[in-house]
Amino acid sequence: MSLLSVRNMKTDIGQYAVLHDVSFEVPEGGVFVLLGRNGAGKTTTLRSIIGLWKPSPGSVTFRGEDITALHTADIARKGIAYVPENMGIFGTLTVDENLILATRNGRFDAARLARIHDLFPALAQFRDKQAWSLSGGQKQMLSIARAMIEPRELILIDEPTKGLAPSIVDAMADAFREIAQTTTILLVEQNFAFARALGRDMAVIDDGRVAHAGSMDDFAADTALQDRLLSLSV
Amino acid sequence: MQNTGTLIVKTSVILIFALLLFAPFLFQDVRSLEVAARICIFIVLVASFDLLIGYTGIVSFAHTMFFGFGAYGAAILLKTMGPGWTPVILGALAGVGVSLVFAIAIGLLSLRVKAIFFAMITLAAASVVLVLASQLSQITGGEDGIIYKAPDLFKPATKLLTDADGKVVRLWGVRLNGKLAAYYFVFFCALALFLVMLRFVGSPFGTVLKAIRENEARAEAIGYRVVAYRTAVFCLSATIASLAGTVYAVWLKYTGPDTALSFAIMIDILLMVVIGGMGTMWGAVIGAVLMILAQYYLRDLMGAASEAMTGIPLLPELLAPDRWLFWLGIIFILLVYFFPKGIAGTAMAWGEKA
Repeated sequence: MSLLSVRNMKTDIGQYAVLHDVSFEVPEGGVFVLLGRNGAGKTTTLRSIIGLWKPSPGSVTFRGEDITALHTADIARKGIAYVPENMGIFGTLTVDENLILATRNGRFDAARLARIHDLFPALAQFRDKQAWSLSGGQKQMLSIARAMIEPRELILIDEPTKGLAPSIVDAMADAFREIAQTTTILLVEQNFAFARALGRDMAVIDDGRVAHAGSMDDFAADTALQDRLLSLSV
Repeated sequence: MQNTGTLIVKTSVILIFALLLFAPFLFQDVRSLEVAARICIFIVLVASFDLLIGYTGIVSFAHTMFFGFGAYGAAILLKTMGPGWTPVILGALAGVGVSLVFAIAIGLLSLRVKAIFFAMITLAAASVVLVLASQLSQITGGEDGIIYKAPDLFKPATKLLTDADGKVVRLWGVRLNGKLAAYYFVFFCALALFLVMLRFVGSPFGTVLKAIRENEARAEAIGYRVVAYRTAVFCLSATIASLAGTVYAVWLKYTGPDTALSFAIMIDILLMVVIGGMGTMWGAVIGAVLMILAQYYLRDLMGAASEAMTGIPLLPELLAPDRWLFWLGIIFILLVYFFPKGIAGTAMAWGEKA
C-alpha cells in the first residue's frame, strides 16, 4: 500500500480550474518528485493535499485514510508537514520560536534539535534572532527544520532551491538525503538536476493533469520525453 | 541578550509601575490619585485590547462592551444588594459570564469571515449594548447611570490604622484610610491582570497568536486551528476587559454609559495602542500613561504656556487651553510619523537594528 494516494483530483481556485485530473501514488520512503512547467499545477497539488484548497471531486488518502475533507490543521496532525515555496517562516518570531511552534507539546526533543543543528549549523548560531533577519538560504533551512522538529511521516516541500546559491543547494540536497532515510518526501522542484539527484519516483504535471509517472532513472534517460513535458534537456 | 531599545522600554515600564505604586505618597492630591487609578485601569484595558489587535491581528470595536459588562455587573449588584464584597464578586462573575457568552457567540459566528466584516459585527454589537444600556433605565439607570456605595473598606472614613487617640495614622503625610485602600485595590488588581497577560503572551499560546497574526495559512499548515485560537484569545481579552470594568466600577462608585460603554473610550484605547506600539504589552503601559496624562494635564500646561506668552502676538491664542484637543491631535500625528510602530515598538525595533 502506498503512503499517499491522490485520485482524480480536480481543484478550482475561484473561477479558474487549475487541476483537472491529478492522480498519483507516493510510496513509503525516499523522495517522490513532482515535476512540471511553471503554472502546471504543482503547488496547487501540494496545497490541495494539505487542505489549504479543497479538491472537488477527487480524493487524497493517507495511510489508507481519506483525508480529503479534513481541516488543514488536522491533516498536519496526522504527520504531514508542509514547507511552502516562499520559505514559510514567521519573520517576527525568533528561530527557536519558529521551531517550537511545530512541536506538539511546546518543548524541544533534544536529540531532534541536535540533529537539526548538525544539518543546519546556522540555525544553532542564530537561535534568538528574529527570522526576518536571516538570509534566504537560512530561511529555507528554518522552514525545512520546522518540518523535522517532530516525527513526520510525510513532508511536502515546494521548490526549496528557488533563488538559492549553488553551495546552499548542495547542502540542502545532503540534508534531504538524510531526512529521506526516516521520512518520505514529496518534492516539487523545477531544478531538474537537483530533482534527479534525489528522486526515486516521479510524476510530471502538465496543464493540471499527470502527464507521466514512473521511476526517476527511466525519466532521466528519456531526453525526448523530458523535452516534450518540461521543454528542457539535460 | 536583550537589545538596548528593549531594555529602555522595559526599564521605563518598571519605573511607571513603581511611580504608580507610590503615587498616593508622591502626588498627594485628589486629582492625581484619580489620574493614577485611571492609568492603572487603562493599562489593563489597552493591554487586553492589544492581545487582539497587536498579537492576533483581530480588529474589534466591542472592547468597551466587555468593559461595560464588568462595570454594570458590579454596579447593578452593589446598588441592589448594598455595599459589600459579595456583590462585587458576583458582579465580576456575572460580567465575565455575559462577556464570555457574547465573545464565544461573536467569535464562532464571525471570526471565520474577513477582518473588516468581523470589525463591523463587533461595532454593531457594541452599538446595540450601548443603546440598551441607555434604554433599560430600570436596570442600568439609563443615561444617568447608577450611583452606589463601594465596600466599607473603601469608604474615605474607614481608618486602616489608628493611633492611641483613635485617629487615623498618617504615613509620609498621607492618611491611611479607605481611599488609599481603594487605590491599592485598583493598583494590585491591575498589576495582577497585567502580569497574567504578560505570562500568556510569553507562553507557547502567545507564540501561536503571533504566528496567526503573521500568516493564518502557515499556522493552519503546522497544525493550529486558527478559529479556535482566535476565539480563545477573544474570550481571554473579553474576560480581562470585563474584570477591569468591575475594578473601575468599584473605584468610581458610579457607572454610566459615558464611563463604561461610550465609543470615546474605544477611540482612546485605539489611540493608546497605536501610541504605545501594537504587539507589545509594554507599549500598552506607555500608551495609556501618555494619553491619560495628556488628557488631564495638557489643558493646564497650555493654560500656563498661554499666560507666559501674554504680549506675544498669536501664540497665546494658539495655546489657549480650549485648543487642547487640536494640540493633542498634532502630537498624535507627530508620534505616528516619528514612531510608526508606536513608541515601544519603534524603540525595540531600533535596538534590534543597532
